[in-house]
Parts: sequence; structure tokens; C-alpha cells
Amino acid sequence: MVEVPLPKDKWSGKVNAVNLGAEPSTGGTRSAIVTVGGENAMPFLGYEGLAPNRVRIAGEVTDMPGEVPEQVRALFGEATSDVAEWAKVWVENFKADLICLRLASTNPEESNVSPQDAALTVLKVLKAVSVPIIVYGCGQEEKDAKTMEAVSNAAPKERLLLGQAEEGVYKSIAAAGMANNHAIVAFSNLDINLAKQITILLTDFGVRKESIVMDPLMAPLGMGLEYSYSVNERIRLAALAGDGMLQLPMLCDCTGAWKCREATDDVADWGDRNERGKWWEATTALAAILSGADILIMRHPGAAAEAKRAIEGLRGGA
Amino acid sequence: MPTAIEIFKHLPKKNCGECKNPTCLAFAMQLANNKAKLEDCPYVSDAGKAALSASSAPPIRLVKIGSNSRAFEVGDETELYRHEKKFFHPTRYCVEVDDSMSDADIESTIISYNKMKFERVGQIMSLDMIGVRYVSNDPARFAKAVSVASGSTEMPLLVFCHDPAAMKDAVKPIAARRPLVHGADSNNFAEMSAVAKELALPLVVYEDKGLNELADLVAKVKASGVEDIVLDFDPANLKDLLERSTLVRRLSVKRTFRGLGYPILVQAQGDDALQYGLIATMKYGSIVSFDKLKPEHALPLFVLRQNIFTDPQVPIQVKPDLYPVNNPDEKAPIMFTTNFSLTYFTVLADAEKSKIPVWLQVVDTEGLSVLTAYAAGKLTADGVNKALEKSGAKTKSKTGTIIVPGMVARMAAKLQETTGLKAIVGPKESSGLPKFLKGL
Ligand code: B12
Ligand code: SF4
Repeated sequence: MVEVPLPKDKWSGKVNAVNLGAEPSTGGTRSAIVTVGGENAMPFLGYEGLAPNRVRIAGEVTDMPGEVPEQVRALFGEATSDVAEWAKVWVENFKADLICLRLASTNPEESNVSPQDAALTVLKVLKAVSVPIIVYGCGQEEKDAKTMEAVSNAAPKERLLLGQAEEGVYKSIAAAGMANNHAIVAFSNLDINLAKQITILLTDFGVRKESIVMDPLMAPLGMGLEYSYSVNERIRLAALAGDGMLQLPMLCDCTGAWKCREATDDVADWGDRNERGKWWEATTALAAILSGADILIMRHPGAAAEAKRAIEGLRGGA
Repeated sequence: MPTAIEIFKHLPKKNCGECKNPTCLAFAMQLANNKAKLEDCPYVSDAGKAALSASSAPPIRLVKIGSNSRAFEVGDETELYRHEKKFFHPTRYCVEVDDSMSDADIESTIISYNKMKFERVGQIMSLDMIGVRYVSNDPARFAKAVSVASGSTEMPLLVFCHDPAAMKDAVKPIAARRPLVHGADSNNFAEMSAVAKELALPLVVYEDKGLNELADLVAKVKASGVEDIVLDFDPANLKDLLERSTLVRRLSVKRTFRGLGYPILVQAQGDDALQYGLIATMKYGSIVSFDKLKPEHALPLFVLRQNIFTDPQVPIQVKPDLYPVNNPDEKAPIMFTTNFSLTYFTVLADAEKSKIPVWLQVVDTEGLSVLTAYAAGKLTADGVNKALEKSGAKTKSKTGTIIVPGMVARMAAKLQETTGLKAIVGPKESSGLPKFLKGL
């Protein structure tokens, strides 16, 4: 019999484990803490190392549901008019591990909801579900700074994951996170050096590495997925090779898939639109998990289910 | 690739210069760098040739399947990660029929697959192969089904049958089309290898027990004289697929273990078929055979392949041209962007969202994004003006204005001067376009 050698890569580095959410024992109200990261091998190579924590799926809800294509909203029925109900459907019907709440209504150029009211929305969602929560603002830096401060203070013991710190605009969110021991998202624009840079800035500012999750920008299928796939792989390889500033769990937001016309348009030769849209996001998610994702933000529950099935299958489940 | 010294050992050492190199050693160095061909030296012995061609063979054998214009090659990969260089031979997709179907059904099914094509970023994406399965247990029926399939498509065939006699009857008449034979297994390998050898066809070696057993079987098949081998290790689940594919690739390209240095075929069937297909596309699968494939599943699959197999050094580009968005007429303004596909598609989607008619001039920046191109000197006022003149934009839009991407607001003054158009600075992110255009 031919003896085939087993070519294992030996890595010295390991991705940090980050805890999200807090249980009643520490003053929080989550039913369980969710731990992400902790792996010491390339994704799903079980013969080579350990991935103690499964990739987690965050179901997206937003207080401006109009930004979600109608074909996805329809799957949640009435629930999308209320983020708390929407979050419940994600957790109860679709078994989401986390909720990603976007406070899009805070946008000063649109409905301009106040930071205080936005914080109340967070509390409502915390009350409706017992999984940990990721919170994003509207993307307008000055407003987000205020919103995140209010959110941080309104739920001081819940260990939220707050989005997002970027080069140039990280101090206020870092401060909001540090004030109440929340975790924060370190965003960078499709570049390994920028990903490292933002971690350096945050840790220099005083944020503990155990409180940082990185988002290197997951470009969706057909819109630069190949850049993200390779940037993610390079980040993870560098982390395993020992680069401490890249040893962070990776968050990949797959909802950008819905910006692609292939996900939403009715074109005769392209087949069923709903199924195609679902797979557009699911394919983005599969590329994310194979290149290093630890958390996926998902919009379509069917796509989330496919991603979950892939994660289970890749971990050796049926 | 062997080193110059290893190559030198097999050269005649005459230093005659007929290879256009002063010495044999210089020639060896050129060879090692792929800058010369062994044939340039007329004096290498046959033994030397054999030794050198064996050690310079690619770590994963290049296997050609099919014979006409739809023929393709798989294998000859050298990297574990695409950023290291690139992945060379895109995954090929097969869809199947079987011989329990009527001839008419086989034909109509295949014809619909022939037509399944999408155009994207200027490339045509389509299926590559038709599979025919032996389920009737009737060799005559199988031979007929294979013949009908062969007559219904230009694509190469993948013929599934583990009965060597039935296989031979079925593929002999179409051997000139160089179908892929599936295949040899631990029971039939001697006879099946003989069929493949006699008809000079590429052969799948199937073994699901493990890689040791697979390598064993491959060695036996190879010993019987078949060189064009494709591996099928029939993974039990997705984990098995990823791990075994990774091991095979690593063994071949990092460890020069040649026993499994062949392209991988994955049979993607049933409920999880698309999952298998997508993962095999990213992780080292050369051929994926689906029991069936609908367009709504084929499109994301094909686009994933297109993304993964682009050259990381050469971005996918769109054709520099003037693109109408939302049915523009002369009253619609012109805006410009770069020919990097990511930039173009982002801007296009946002412009479409605005529902406002505009002319979108795509400028050739060799596939770089707005800021990258500007920083590299590939997006200039002159370049924009040339593009506008070439496309006739200034006659199609009579507004006398041009919208400048917000990121390169610094170009505005120069642009105004060069084009004679009024330059209006747009938003930095194209997501601001709907609001911006409505306010214009
Ligand atoms: C990926 C990348 C690269 C890739 C190239 C990818 C490509 N095909 O272009 C590589 C690695 C090759 C590269 C190389 C270089 N890069 Co570079 N690169 C980037 C990076 C990370 C992302 C660029 C990108 O893809 N953006 C996404 C696309 C979609 O953005 P976009 O084209 O700008 O389009 C957006 C907007 O401009 C707007 N928009 C576009 N068109 C239009 C039209 C209208 C009318 C409107 C209103 C809006 C609009 O909407 C789009 C979506 O929001 C940026 C940093 C960053 N975060 O932006 C640096 C960046 C652009 N690069 C930079 C530089 C300097 C370079 C190099 C010169 C050297 C270097 N530092 O690496 C080389 C030059 C290349 C060469 N050939 O010589 C600088 C530019 C500095 C400057 N301010 O001018 C940046 C900003 C990085 C930095 N901070 O230093 N780069
Ligand atoms: S032609 Fe052959 S023998 Fe002559 S110098 Fe070149 S390598 Fe040496």
C-alpha cells in the first residue's frame, strides 16, 4: 500500500477568542455568551488544528426596512415593521446565533432619530431576544459617535458588539466601547496593511484585543469577492504565522450581495429570482467562511440556513 | 522544476554553442528559468530527455478532455492560495443524463443545457460537459444513449459506467471526441485501464476509502500505461471534500509527492449539490458533475468561478465605452468612472437606483479603481476627454456638463479646461448618487 504523507502546516499563532454578550451572573441579560475565534489553523482543516468555536450567524434587522429588498422582507411578513419582532423571528424561526441591528433611522439626512431614541430601540431588541447583539449606526461619522455613546450607556452590562471603528474615525467609538466593556468592530478597506493599522490604532488607544473583531470588508459575489477572498486568506495566514495585530476574529457582512442586480432582478434566462438571490448571498457567505470568517452578517434567512448547513458539513456533520 | 545543476547533469557538456548559449551550464540556467526549451540542444541523449521531462513535469498533470473547440484542459496548478500567483485552469461544470431516459428526453435535456449561457463582464459563461450515466444495465441501450448524447452537443462527454465491456462498446464510436471515462475502481481497474489505453482516453480513478487506497489504485492504473488520470475520492461530507482536496493539492505542489498529482473530479448530487460545487470551485476541484443544474443556481456558481479564477495581478475590466443608464437622451448629463469592473458595477447599480437618466462614460484605467488609477496617473483629464471624443458623448448629451467622482474633485478645474464642459463634483461614494442626481 502506498503511504501518502500527511502534509500539515505547523502554525505558531492563534486567533484571539472574543466573548460577545453577557449573562445574568455579570449583570447582563443574555441566555448565553457567544465566543468567536480561537482557531489555530486555516478554516475547517480539522486534521491540522482546532476551531473550538463554530462560525456564528448574525441575522440582520434594520429600523429602515425599506433598505431591504422586498423579496427578503416578504419572508418575515409583518415583523419587519418592528425590529424587536423581526429579531424574534430570526432567533425563534431561523435559529440566528446573534442579531445585527442597524440604526439606519439615525441618519441626519433622513429621519434623524436621536441617539436616545436609538438606544431605546436597542433596549427593545435586547428585551425581545436573548442572543448577543451587534449594533451599527447609520454610517455618518459624527452622528454615529453620539449614537454609539448613547447605546453603550443604555446597555452598560450587555457586552454588545459596536460597529464600527475606521482609520480616521475610531476614537469616539473606541471610547464608547471601553466605557462599558463592549466589543467593537475594526473596519478596514480590503487591504491587509490597513486591517493591521486599525488594530494598532485601537490597541494604542487602549482597547483590549479581547474586545476587537475585525471587518476587512467582504465584497460580495461578482463585486470584488476575489479581493476579499484573498485579503481574508492573507490576513488569516499572517495571523497564524504569528502577527498579533491580525489575530482577531473576522466578521464578514454578506448583505452587500443584495446590491447586485443578479440577486434581485427578474431576467428571463436567469431562472427563479428568489432562489437566485438566496444563493447570491449564500455563495458570498461560503467564500467568507472558507477564507476565514468567524461571524457572518446575513439578510436572507434561506441564505443563512445554507451557510449554516455548510458550516455544519465542513465541521464534519452530515 | 529541477534546478540548473540537476539539469546540467543530463546535458552533453560539449559546450558547442548550438543552443545559442555559450556553454551547457548557461543553457541549463536558461532551462531552469523556463527561458529555453530542451529541444534547442540537438545532442541530449534519450535517457537525459526522459529524466528531465519526468522531473520537469507539472506537479499536477495537465489533462485534456474533448477534441473540438469545446475541448478543455484541467490540472497543472501550482499554488495553494490564489494570491501566491493565480489559479490557472478554471473548474469545469458537467450536467448529467442517464440511459433510462428516452432518446428524445436525452436530446431535449442536453439541448436546453447547450443554451444555458450568461454574459457577464464581457465574458460568456456556460456549462462545459455532459455526463451520461449507465443505469439500465443494458450495454446496447447505454451505447445508444451515449451516441444520442454525443450527437446532441458539442461539449465533451463524461461517461459513467463501471462495466468495462459496456464502457468499451459505448465510447469506442465516439473515441475521437476524447470523452472522459468514469471509471476505474478497485474491482475493474485492469480491464477499465485497458479500455482507456486502447482508445487513448482520459480515465477517472475512483476510490472512496481514503487517499492511501486511492494512491495505490492510481499507481496500478499508471503501471498499466494510462497517463491521463482524474481523481474521484467521493467525499462523505463537505469536511471530507475540503480536507482531501487540500491534502491532494498540498502533496502535489508543496511536497512533490507525485502519486496524487492529478486533477480532482467531484460528483455533486442531491440536496447539497450546489454546496459541493461551490466549495469544490474554491478549493481545488477541477471538474464538478451535477445531476442537474438550474439557471438560478448556475449563475451564482459561474460568477464564483469567474471571481476565483481571475488573475490577482490583472483585475477584471469592463469595456471602456459610453453606457446609457435609465434611457438617457440629450438632456441627460454625462458622468464618468473607471473601467475596473468593481467600480463600474457599483456606480452603475447606484446610478440605476436613482432612476434618473444619465450617460456613463467608462474611461480606460487598465482596470484600476478611481483613487488607485488617479494615484497611478491612469485617470487624467486628457484621458477622460479622449474617451468622451471617441464615444461621441458630447453629441449624445447636450447639457454641457460632466459629473466628476467626488474622490477626484481635484481634477475638476483641469477637466473643465480640457473638455470644455462644466465640471460638477459628485459625491465621494456612488451610494450618494440617487440623492445627488435628484438634486441636480
Ligand atoms: C484595492 C486597492 C488597490 C489595488 C488595485 C485594485 C484596483 N483594481 O483598482 C492595488 C493593490 C493593485 C492598488 C495599487 C495601488 N494603489 Co491602491 N488602493 C486600493 C484600495 C484598498 C481599494 C480601492 C478599491 O477597489 N475601491 C473600491 C472601488 C469601488 O472604489 P472607487 O473606484 O473609488 O469607486 C467608488 C467611488 O470613487 C465612487 N465613484 C466611482 N466612480 C464614480 C463616478 C461618479 C460620477 C461618482 C459621483 C462617484 C464615483 O463610487 C465608488 C463606490 O463608492 C484603496 C484604499 C481604499 N480603501 O479606497 C487604495 C488606494 C486607492 N490606493 C492608493 C495608491 C497610492 C496605490 C498605488 C499608487 C500604490 C499603493 N499605495 O499601493 C498603487 C497604484 C497601482 C498601479 N498600477 O500603479 C491610494 C490612493 C491615494 C490617493 N488619495 O490618491 C489609496 C487610497 C490607498 C491609500 N490610502 O493610500 N491599490
Ligand atoms: S547545444 Fe547542447 S551541447 Fe551544445 S552547448 Fe548547448 S547544451 Fe551544450
